[in-house]
Amino acid sequence: MNTTKPAGRTDVRALTGSLVRLVSEPYYHATGDELAVFEAAARSCLPVMLKGPTGCGKTRFVEHMAWRLKRPLVTVACHDDLTTADLVGRYLIVGDETVWMDGPLAAAVRAGAICYLDEIVEARKDTTVVIHPLTDSRRALPVEKRGEYIDAPPDFMLVISYNPGYQSVLKEMKPSTRQRFVALDFDYPEADIEASIVAHEGGVDAATAKKLVKLGSLTRKLKGAGLDEGAGTRLLVHAAQLIAAGMDAGTACTAAIARPLADETDTRAALDDLIAAVF
Amino acid sequence: MSERKLFAHELEARLDELLLLSLRQRSAEEPAALLEALPRQMQERVLHWAGVAAQTSDDLGWLIASLAAVQAASLGESLDDWVRAGLDAYDRSGLAATRKVLNEFAAARQGSARRSLDSVSFVAIEGRLSRFLHALDGRPLRLVSGKTAWTDTETLWLPERLDVATDAAGNRRLFKAMAALLWAQTRFGTFNVDPEVELALWPDRGRGLAWFALFEAMRLEACIAIELPGLALDIAALRGPWPAELEAAAESLARSDATVADSLNCMAALRKVGAGDTPKFPHVGVLDPVAARRVRAARVVREMAIVRRALNVLRGTGLHGPDADKSDYPPLAAEGETQVVDPQSELLSLPPPAREAAKSLMQDFGDIPPEVLHPAGPGAWQPVEGIDTSNAASCTVQPDAFYDEWDYRRATWRHDWCHLYEMEAPSGDHEWVDEVKLRHAHLIRSIRRRFEALRGEDKPQKRQFDGEEIDLDAQVDARADRKSGAEPSSRLFIHRRRVERSLAVMFMVDMSGSTKGWVNDAERESLVLLCEAIEALGDSYAIYGFSGWTRTHCDIYRIKRFGDRYDAETRQRIAGIEAKDYTRMGVAVRHLSGLLVRQNTRHKLLVTLSDGRPDDYGDEYRGRYGIEDTRRALLEAREKGIRSYCVTIDRHGADYLPQLYGPAHYSVIDDARKLPQKIAEIYRKLTG
Repeated sequence: MNTTKPAGRTDVRALTGSLVRLVSEPYYHATGDELAVFEAAARSCLPVMLKGPTGCGKTRFVEHMAWRLKRPLVTVACHDDLTTADLVGRYLIVGDETVWMDGPLAAAVRAGAICYLDEIVEARKDTTVVIHPLTDSRRALPVEKRGEYIDAPPDFMLVISYNPGYQSVLKEMKPSTRQRFVALDFDYPEADIEASIVAHEGGVDAATAKKLVKLGSLTRKLKGAGLDEGAGTRLLVHAAQLIAAGMDAGTACTAAIARPLADETDTRAALDDLIAAVF
Repeated sequence: MSERKLFAHELEARLDELLLLSLRQRSAEEPAALLEALPRQMQERVLHWAGVAAQTSDDLGWLIASLAAVQAASLGESLDDWVRAGLDAYDRSGLAATRKVLNEFAAARQGSARRSLDSVSFVAIEGRLSRFLHALDGRPLRLVSGKTAWTDTETLWLPERLDVATDAAGNRRLFKAMAALLWAQTRFGTFNVDPEVELALWPDRGRGLAWFALFEAMRLEACIAIELPGLALDIAALRGPWPAELEAAAESLARSDATVADSLNCMAALRKVGAGDTPKFPHVGVLDPVAARRVRAARVVREMAIVRRALNVLRGTGLHGPDADKSDYPPLAAEGETQVVDPQSELLSLPPPAREAAKSLMQDFGDIPPEVLHPAGPGAWQPVEGIDTSNAASCTVQPDAFYDEWDYRRATWRHDWCHLYEMEAPSGDHEWVDEVKLRHAHLIRSIRRRFEALRGEDKPQKRQFDGEEIDLDAQVDARADRKSGAEPSSRLFIHRRRVERSLAVMFMVDMSGSTKGWVNDAERESLVLLCEAIEALGDSYAIYGFSGWTRTHCDIYRIKRFGDRYDAETRQRIAGIEAKDYTRMGVAVRHLSGLLVRQNTRHKLLVTLSDGRPDDYGDEYRGRYGIEDTRRALLEAREKGIRSYCVTIDRHGADYLPQLYGPAHYSVIDDARKLPQKIAEIYRKLTG
């Protein structure tokens, strides 16, 4: 490779080519106008922020929208060691030459994909800043190492998620980041809708799904009184899947709902009582 | 410690020191003489408990010491339980009840000696049951122990101990069934119809009530079965089949449209053919419709007033919209566009406390009574002025600061309204802290370990000019840069360094009168544990207490300033925290956030330890005024970059805390005694 050559797309051996589009429709049950808002934001090239408790369908929603808009999806689970290079890319040495490797964000920008940064508050503050130029009128990603400035095609879309129920004061999002996004509030769906989701995803009959949803709504009332957060739809689906796999409902709920939620004896016992009461 | 028995004069001196008896002109001679006969270990136990009790009140300490002297020999191993029962009685009902419980303990014990190992006490199951009930629908219920199982629609009484079933699990199930049935009475309208008309026709009222309770149990079991079938099956298994002659009644009461009127009809039918005694079922408690309906009537008046006032505000301001409550801090005076008034949609747009009241009313009536939906006149504001002037006159010292207070009714400030006095907190007993540290030694060790791990969690810093290790990623990058012709970076090392957490925390401790007793002890113990934990972390922190008495006497007590060290003097001031007057919170938040904001740290956190909602003498600050003012003060703090968090032991905290602190910024501890165990964990989660 000729290193003096200005950086072009020829030497990008990156994820770019391997980004796949979702072929089959990821199941998602809309509960409000979120589909319309997201589509409008996509048309207007605006970034979107999804707020909501754990396991209420944020990730699934993004997958569904990627399928709907027929765009590739790049998901990054953020953690506190995530550096700018992890997102944008870095040089690697292959044999005796250096090869630039796009990070997931750069790959998504080039491909005009949806880039989904899950639990953004977990990422380091200095990392969050690299998304700023992508979220305003510039819509570009500076790649400092290569002296490159990747302009985002109209299809590129940035989506972040965050859980406002997070209790660490050190992990709140800065207003300078927040105020760049169109925000969608997510919450646990209405009981009927949630039951149909649990039945569909978990492969259980409507009556069992209804009971699981009832149990879920009871645990959510314990938020702040023994639990940090009630059971999300995901936990209910897990329990349903265990039941569909042939497990007894009580055991399945204990394993999939009560145990993941609580460690403290009284709360665990109360959850067991709730399970016994519903089934 | 030597094993030699203490002599009477030594015991007398120790008791005198613990209980400050000479000051009260009491003599420990008599108890000391009695204690002299006991083995040393027993003597020490008695002295220990007398000391513990004296922390709550000197009189309680004296009572424990004097009664223990008489009873210790016969109590033997159960001395600890005896004292605990006494302390518990003191918290619930005061000194006279304590004496009664302590004197009757032996008799109660003898009764329990016959008890099998399978019996289950209320205390053992309380935490589990209260969470269980909390999760169920309907208005929040308090759980206490009493002689029989019954409810007044706001509190559930359950027996102190159950020993009916053959094993412990069975007794626990029975407790649950009893609680569930009482919950169902409040949830499915047992007290929504006045049964007195029917009961008056019974020659034996007691028998009538027993039948009423039984028929209701049949009906409610069917109600439970719809929502919680597993629980209903449990209850059915526990009671066995209904007697054959009652099966028809049971079946008719199990219809989904059966109401309490049907139960009364069953009673009437039975009365006409002549009723005998009810068959006994262990899970069926007793009914006291008179007490329940009295509580219900008072609640209905209260809640109707709340709903009507809220509706008045909505209509009066002409500002309400369905989206009003969707923000992080739902505004009480809702904002939004004007709407056509529709009673039902209006209820939806009520602020949370009024919505809770409306839900509770629906529970009592099955629907919102129409008269609630009519405006109740202009609802003019009547200021409570009189007390202010009288108190201002008695105050001679110039206040340290004046603070504005927010009046939501005027939607404006009352300037220089609160007179704030900041003073050094009085010192308490230095041995108390040592005693707490000793008692919680294990907990403190584990907290310190966990917190030190948290501190150590600050990662090694990569890409440094210098450091202990080579940063391989950086080396590879540098090599790649050199190959590609760019200038390689010389930041090639990993340096392990403790990263500053840059956090300042202000603890604002409620010293209102309502914290007297266990709550105050729990607050003080929590502070000791917190200090131990935070010392391990190295965060900058301060502790201030607040209390007061009207707007002209808002007191702030310095316990530990940011610059102060956690030394003997600080510890004594923590020990000296005591219950004072009221909780005028807004001014305290303003003053303390002013102190906090001067700290030169990136993050600033204000943590409130409290036992209830904002309150002050007179009606003015109580209720919405206080909540609005506190909320305003917290918003101001937030604008200054201060995050707020509240730890409370108020079971009803969930009603108003989301408005004050935001949905995720508070914890409710259901039992004050658990506060010390939980507080460090909360802090860790909060700042981790």
